[in-house]
Amino acid sequence: MSTQWLTDQLTAAPYLSLNEELTTQILTTALREEVNKVGFRRVILGLSGGIDSALSLYLAVRAFGAENVITVRMPYKQSSQNSLDDAGEAIQDTGVQSLTVNITPQIDAYFESFPDASPLRRGNKMARERMTILYDLSAHYEALVVGTSNRTELLLGYGTQYGDSASAINPIGDLYKTQVRQLSRYVGVPSSILSKPPSADLWENQTDEGEIGFSYFDMDRVLYHMLDLKWDRKALHKQGFSDTLINAVNKRIIRNQFKRVMPVILKVSNRTVGIDFRYLRDWGM
Amino acid sequence: MKVGLAQIRPHLGNVAKNLEIHKQMIKQAKEEGVELLIFPELSLMGYNLLDLTYDVACAVDSEEVQEIVSESKGMDIAFGIVERSSDHILYNSAIYASYGSVQAVHRKVYLPTYGMFDEARYFGRGESIRAFDTRFGRVGMLVCEDMWHPSAPYLLAQDRAELLIVLANSPARGVHAKGLGTQDSWDLILTSQAQFYGMFIACTQRVGTEDGVSFFGNSTAVDPFGDTLVHGPLFEESLVTFDLELDMVRRARFTTPILRDENTDLVVRELTRIQQHRRGE
Repeated sequence: MSTQWLTDQLTAAPYLSLNEELTTQILTTALREEVNKVGFRRVILGLSGGIDSALSLYLAVRAFGAENVITVRMPYKQSSQNSLDDAGEAIQDTGVQSLTVNITPQIDAYFESFPDASPLRRGNKMARERMTILYDLSAHYEALVVGTSNRTELLLGYGTQYGDSASAINPIGDLYKTQVRQLSRYVGVPSSILSKPPSADLWENQTDEGEIGFSYFDMDRVLYHMLDLKWDRKALHKQGFSDTLINAVNKRIIRNQFKRVMPVILKVSNRTVGIDFRYLRDWGM
Repeated sequence: MKVGLAQIRPHLGNVAKNLEIHKQMIKQAKEEGVELLIFPELSLMGYNLLDLTYDVACAVDSEEVQEIVSESKGMDIAFGIVERSSDHILYNSAIYASYGSVQAVHRKVYLPTYGMFDEARYFGRGESIRAFDTRFGRVGMLVCEDMWHPSAPYLLAQDRAELLIVLANSPARGVHAKGLGTQDSWDLILTSQAQFYGMFIACTQRVGTEDGVSFFGNSTAVDPFGDTLVHGPLFEESLVTFDLELDMVRRARFTTPILRDENTDLVVRELTRIQQHRRGE
């Protein structure tokens, strides 16, 4: 399958383009170090069939070797068969150990008590169910949970707090979606995964871009100019970004800040966790 | 003269482990005939210490620091610590040890406190930039961000330094299509400053990762003509060595006598005027 469209995007927005070899080296070196230094040799991650978890998988395999990477597919009855198959292709291609845990029984059992629950509630519940499975298996396999959220969705808050956003370490959280695509092509993610429209796969024919209302390429470009270059609105207009896009992105960033921080702790003492008790996770490591 | 750049991977706030890493590197360097070994910034402590800064701080005459200083018999050693002064101010300091004793201490003057950096929250600011004599020649020391202020190498060059030692901890950031933004910047600064003043620059960078922030390595030595002598590897621990021929300083300054022609009287005069203007006088 051709990825000329991706080449065209990176040519049109060269500032989003990354040195692939160097980026892969930084991410795999840091991933290995951050896992090993806390006493782990293995990692575990959920594989949805989408590009983000596929890239995390391929990076993890480079960092630890296929024998130290465990993947879990966690379909619900409405998940698309294509997603399961695409995840299967990545599993086969990398040769990693894989489990499939069908989450339908526990999700359906729970929503029997709430038959009118919205798709949003159901989607969030599924994301959190998957998280608890990964953390349970993390203890069983002595494998750290690797995250699969990219920078675009972290900034836009397009994810479930304590669901897909939860992990011990996230190798792709500083990559815009366009950069996830570029690096995925470089590390050899199967082209069927690379070229399909991104989807949270919560209902049939759902796509991220349809739900958010803009293409990832447009959102990445405007995010880059807003955040990385700190351009003001006048400059953004000059670059051709519409108020609709700027406002929507801006609103999402602000509204979803709560997903990017630890729970708010009410201060009483002189040294409050998260406020003035300040240490890195890598304390002493 | 053989110089070694000790591109190590310190453990965050774990002084005991870092002492071991230093001793191992010192042993290797001595075996390779290194005469001056340079460690990176805060090499004995790790970089982003936050509140750990208070816990790991050591006086220059403390046992931990003296353990390294005592290794400087037969090989000079520059290394980095969180220094606790007698009045309980903490400094991001570079120690130069020779013949088993401390010959010079440089307290980092320019403490980055913006973006991802938080140094001035914890460290006091150094108040001097001075060259000192060693058994090899006159040397100046700077710590990381100091090097981004052109006045710092300028002062050391005026103070007759022939070799500038830089202890640094640069994070890998600003990856672009061709390479690494911070690496580009450091290469540019080191080569241009060495050429401006006709002096050697030996800069040791660390490697390793702290909470997702990687340090890229690429320790670098530049000759007085601005040509790079050696680069350490990216992201890997390494002892990077090179031969330093001090007579190159003479040749570079004969060829391009920028230092001779510098007008410090003019600089002082104009800076005084600018200061007066800033004070509203």
